[in-house]
Order: sequence, then C-alpha cells, then structure tokens
Amino acid sequence: MPTFFRRYIFSLDHKVIGVQYALTSLVFLLFGFTLMLLMRWQLAYPGQPLPFIGGLFGVANAPGGVMLPEFYNQLGAMHGTVMVFLGVVPLAVGGFGNYVMPLQIGASDMAFPKLNMASYWLYFLGGVTMLASFVLPGGAANSGWTAYPPLSYFATIGQTVWLGGMLFLILSSLLGSVNFITTIVQLRAPGLTWFRLPFFVWGQLVTAFLLLLAFPALQAAALLQAMDRIFGTSFFMPSGLVYGGKVVAGAGGGNPLLWQHLFWFLAHPEVYVLILPAMGIVVEIMTANTRKPIWGYRLMVGSAIFLGFMSFLVWAHHMFLTGMGTSISTFFQTTTMIISIPSVIILSALFLSLYGGSIRFNTPMLFALAFLPMFGIGGLTGLPLGLASSDIALHDTYYVIGHFHYVVAPGTIFALFAGVYYWYPKVTGRLMNETLGKIHFAGSFVFINGIFMPMFIQGLAGMNRRLYDGGAQYAHVKDVLHWNTFMSWSAWGLGLFQLFFIVNVFLSLRTGKPAGSNPWQATTLDWAATSSPPLAHGNFASAPVVHRGPYDYSVPGTREDFIPQHVEHADGEAR
Amino acid sequence: MELEIPYTVEERPDTGLTNARLAIWLFLASEVMLFGSLFSAYVLLRSGSEFWPRQADYVNIPLATLNTIVLITSSVTIVMAWASLKLQQFRSYRLYMGLTVLAGLGFLILKGVEYGQKFEHHYYPATNNFLGMYFVLTGLHIAHVIGGLVVNLYLLGPGARMWKTAPAQFTGRVEAAGLYWHFVDLVWIFLFPVLYLL
Repeated sequence: MPTFFRRYIFSLDHKVIGVQYALTSLVFLLFGFTLMLLMRWQLAYPGQPLPFIGGLFGVANAPGGVMLPEFYNQLGAMHGTVMVFLGVVPLAVGGFGNYVMPLQIGASDMAFPKLNMASYWLYFLGGVTMLASFVLPGGAANSGWTAYPPLSYFATIGQTVWLGGMLFLILSSLLGSVNFITTIVQLRAPGLTWFRLPFFVWGQLVTAFLLLLAFPALQAAALLQAMDRIFGTSFFMPSGLVYGGKVVAGAGGGNPLLWQHLFWFLAHPEVYVLILPAMGIVVEIMTANTRKPIWGYRLMVGSAIFLGFMSFLVWAHHMFLTGMGTSISTFFQTTTMIISIPSVIILSALFLSLYGGSIRFNTPMLFALAFLPMFGIGGLTGLPLGLASSDIALHDTYYVIGHFHYVVAPGTIFALFAGVYYWYPKVTGRLMNETLGKIHFAGSFVFINGIFMPMFIQGLAGMNRRLYDGGAQYAHVKDVLHWNTFMSWSAWGLGLFQLFFIVNVFLSLRTGKPAGSNPWQATTLDWAATSSPPLAHGNFASAPVVHRGPYDYSVPGTREDFIPQHVEHADGEAR
Repeated sequence: MELEIPYTVEERPDTGLTNARLAIWLFLASEVMLFGSLFSAYVLLRSGSEFWPRQADYVNIPLATLNTIVLITSSVTIVMAWASLKLQQFRSYRLYMGLTVLAGLGFLILKGVEYGQKFEHHYYPATNNFLGMYFVLTGLHIAHVIGGLVVNLYLLGPGARMWKTAPAQFTGRVEAAGLYWHFVDLVWIFLFPVLYLL
C-alpha cells in the first residue's frame, strides 16, 4: 500500500495529479477574480475608501482604505498573470487534460508519471512565488501581465520575482506538454486510430504542441529581461532614453520592440491554448446531450490543427501601433484574417450539431450552449482589432478588454464550468446538484454580460484601458463613464453567484445522487471506466479495445441511442 | 498494483517509437525554439543597432576552436558508448562514456579560462550588447553542458547498475542522453561562427 503522502500529495497517478491541478487552479481563479473585484471598486468609486476591508492592505498600498495607483497597477498585472498562467491554463490542461485524456485514450496512466508529478509541483512553486511577491517592498509586479520594457525595467523588485515565477511555470508546462504528446501518440488503446480520437484529445494534443513550441520564446525573453534588470545589460533599453528627467545610464542600443515580438510569439498561441481545450470540453458535452454525432468531425480536427499552425504566424497583430512598419502590419493582418476561418468553421460545426438533436438542458449543457454565442461575440469583435486601420481607433481601449474577456471568461471559463459539472461524477462518483447548478449558471450568465458588454460601448467611445480613475479625467468619455458603476455591481453580483458553485462542489461530495459509471450515457472510453477509478494506475478492469468512432449516438437499427467505443459492431447496425 | 507503462523498452509497432525516444525529440524541439529565440534576438539587436563592436576584438578564437574540437570529439565518443552497449561490450561502454565526461569537463575548463580572460579585461554583460548576448548565449549553453554532464556521470556511475537488470532500457537511456549531447554540440556549432567568426 502506498503511504498517504505517495497517494495524495506526491502522487504519481494521473487522476490524483489532475485533481491537484484542478483544485489549485480553481483557488487561483478565485484569487485572480478577487483582485479584479478590488479594482472594480476603484473604477466605480475612484478615490473613495474601500468599505469594510480597506484597512487590510496597509499604508503602503491603501492609506485610509483608498487604493494607491501603484497598488491598482499591481492588482491589474497580477489579475492577468494569475488568471492566464495560474488559473485557466492549469485547469484546462493540467486539470481536465490530466484526468480525462488518459481515460479517453484507454491508457492506464500518463507515459511519464514522475514527470507528471514534477510538472504539478513546479506549477505550485511558480504560483507560490507569484503570491509571495505581494509582500515584497514595492509589492508584486505592476507593469501589466505583458511586462513591456522600459516600464518593467524601472519597476520594483516584484518584477524580478515575477520573472522567476514565470521560469517555474514555463518549466512545468514544458514537462507537461512533452508528457501529453508522448501519451497521446504512444498509449492509445488498440483500435483507437487517429480519427477515432474524441475531439477533446485532439484539442489537448494541439494545445500541447503550442505550449511546447511557443513558451520557449517567453523563456528567452524573460532571461533577457532578467539580465537587463539584474546585470544592467541593455537588450530592451534604447540609447538615450530619458526617465525622470535624466538620461538612463547604460550601454543602450537595445530595442523594446524585441520584447514585444518575443512576448507575443508566446502569448498569441497562448490564446489558442486557452480556447482549444475549452472547445474540446464543449464538443464532448454537446454530443452526449444532443444524442447525435458531431457535425463535421474531420473538418473540425483539420481546423484545430490548422489553427494551431497559424497561431504561430499572427503574433504581431498585437503590435500594429508600435511603428513596426505598414508592410509588416499588412502581412500580419492577412494572417489574422486567415486564422479566423478555422475558428468560424469549428463554431459553425458546433451550431450545426445542435440541429435535429434531442437536447437535454442539464447544467453542463447550459454552460456549453452559452459558450457558443459568448465565444462568438469574443471572436467576431476581434476582427476589427485584427485589421490594422480600425485597430488605430480601438487599440488600448476597453474594447480590447471586452473582446478578449468574451473569449476567455464567458467563453473558456464557462466551458471549464461545464467540464466540472460534466466530469464531477467521474471523479467523485456523485452528480452535482442540478438546482444549485442552474442558479449558478443563470446568475453567472446575466452578470458576466453586465460586466463585459458595456466595455464595448466605453471602448468605442475611446476610453483607455489601465486607467487608475477609470477615465474620469477625460472629457470625451464622460457620457459612458456611468457604466463603470453598473459593471462593478455586475462583477460583485457575479462573485456572489460563484458561492452557489463552491457550496455545490462541497455539498455534492456527500449528498449528490450516486452516478454509476456512465451517468450521461456517453460513448467515449472515460465513461467505460468505473466512476472514481481506483488509484495507482488501475483505470480499467481490463485493457479496452476500440471498435468505432467517438460519437456513435442514435445509430439507426440499434436499441440504445448510444454505442460506447469499446463495443463491437453488431448485426443490423447501420454503418 | 505495480506501475506498468507500455512501450518504455519495446517500440510501439504503428509509431515505431519508444516513449523516451519520442519524448527526447519533443524536448529538443522545444530547446530549438529556446535557442532560436535567442539567436533571433541577436540578429535583431545586431541588425538594428547603429554601432556593433568588432566581435573579434573581444573573443579568443584559437581557444574556441580548440573547444569546438573537444566538443565534437565528445559527440563521437558518446555514439561509440551507445554502439558498445548495442554490441554488448560493457567495458568499452565505460571507456567511451568516461571519455565523453572528460571531454565535457575539458570544455568547461577551457570555457572558464575564456570567461576569466573577459573579466580580467573588465568585459561584462553590461559593457555592450554584443558581450551581453555573448554571455547569455554561452552561459545558457554552459548550463546545458553541465546538465548533460550530470546525466552522463550518472549513467557512467550509479545508473550503470541497470545494465545488469534491464539492459534494453539502459541502452535506451544512453541513446536519449546521446541525442541530448548531440544537440548541445550542435548549438555550439551555431554559436561558434555567430559569436566568434562573423
């Protein structure tokens, strides 16, 4: 018998590691969300002391409970960092990928269980490093999650620690992605050919390639920035830069745009790292709850691969206004228009898949259904940003914030919620409470739109992002300023409704309906394993053999409306 | 239940790969992107700057040439070490792996001498962007050499016990270490002309 530590803390089992990832990242999601709730107070009521909790942040951050601009910048930078690198990606890849992917391919574990464990603990270390930076003199990093130099060059020590934290996170993701790809390529069950893989696995595979090949660019950039900050090199520091009325000492000759190129070479593929696992989750939930196969499976797989490939060729559309030149802008606006095509194909295929289905409106399905229009809004509002000329007006406004939050928050995070409701019975053996789940969904859906929809209005009016007072000092945005209060109350409302989710997660552990091994009557191999499969690599009673594609729902000529992947073809069954 | 992951030793028939061989290639692909990003940074900084120092004034070309020879030799010996295992000649494996480790150490010593010469002349990363890139690129490469040395030392010493219990898996490990060592060698083959000769 493995000891308690081996079983639950330093576990080598992909399911335990998946749960570790999921719980840690959910805590980080809540933490990053809380940072934003604090910021929203300052935006709605600039200069007024934070009620109730204002005294907690100390004189250095919020004297008399009034948030200082430096503290506001910390909250902004760390909100982005925590949400992307410690919340969404670890939950989507580390959590769902680790738990579900080996089950769906019929493997007994990941290819390298020890690497898997190391990957989780490096992630944990990176997270602790990021959190610890808040108590440093000058606080955490405050140059935005993008850490552009020269701003980040003059930032407090928190920025150096941020770079160190990123190093841990990048190493963790490197180990994870090598492990994921090897597992998917090598450990597929007999009969599970490439085009019989569930779409979720495809999403994870493409994501792993993006993590493997894009993150090193940020690693290089972080190394160079650390050299600039610690050893006084000038990789990102131009000659003759004036700061605080004085010319900055140092060799000079560097280029701040170099950072932006390296950073976005990671950070654009990162967008697809955020979205592809979410699409995978949505496909699994939609097929099971419409009782029909997905429309255009091969087309979707092709689109996902094309999406992954193209995502390496669009990074500079984040940099149209840097003066890098119109011919470069033209190239990147063209590739950006091209990359929108596979996204539209995938979204259209998902909409078409609903047609003629007998839809079950349970909580995971509601979240998955909401993903479609929400991601749609996020994607379509991205087009004017991808065109260099219209980006001139929209760049650096709240329109941009609205755009990418629609992709990531009501888009990806809704898909992740859907995934939690959907696979919770597999992990615990019990279903989550439907009533609480539906309240959680309805409240979240209303309030999240209350936050992000007005951002488009404000952005189109020209309100800039990253303003400490929410733009109160600018005359041209005074007509849209009142939305700030509405958005902040929506944000706090959204926070309130997350309580239903948190209570549900804990309550259903004891009181949830026992689920059996396949509560959704789904076809993929994860549902062939018993619920809460035994630890120590015992996923399946006997090694499964796959005989059919992933989504054999409502096959004509059969009694049941679903046929699991490991069931052999029968007489009379339509092929 | 004891941990049993398939294809650690034998190849999966349809992919023709063992897990470790695929994983090491994936890892190296990621490493290519890391060094590629730094080389790109070098190109962009150099082509974008109004003044770039004459590199030959700062570097010791004869010493680096000698180091190139040392490193290429070690690439040959590590292949010989792996081939010895394939031929079931454990004694010659130890000889060749030992030579590889010695060559790696030699490389580090020569590199240390070179760094010492830089510091003697007060050449530091902050002096100019060429020296900055020089120290970043060679420093990261040295870190990779040290990593490879640790692995090779382990495979020469305590790790070699596996030869008695699981010879095929041990040979696989030496193969993976060899692929990595070749990569470290290859990076140097790019570094040498870029930093010393151009």
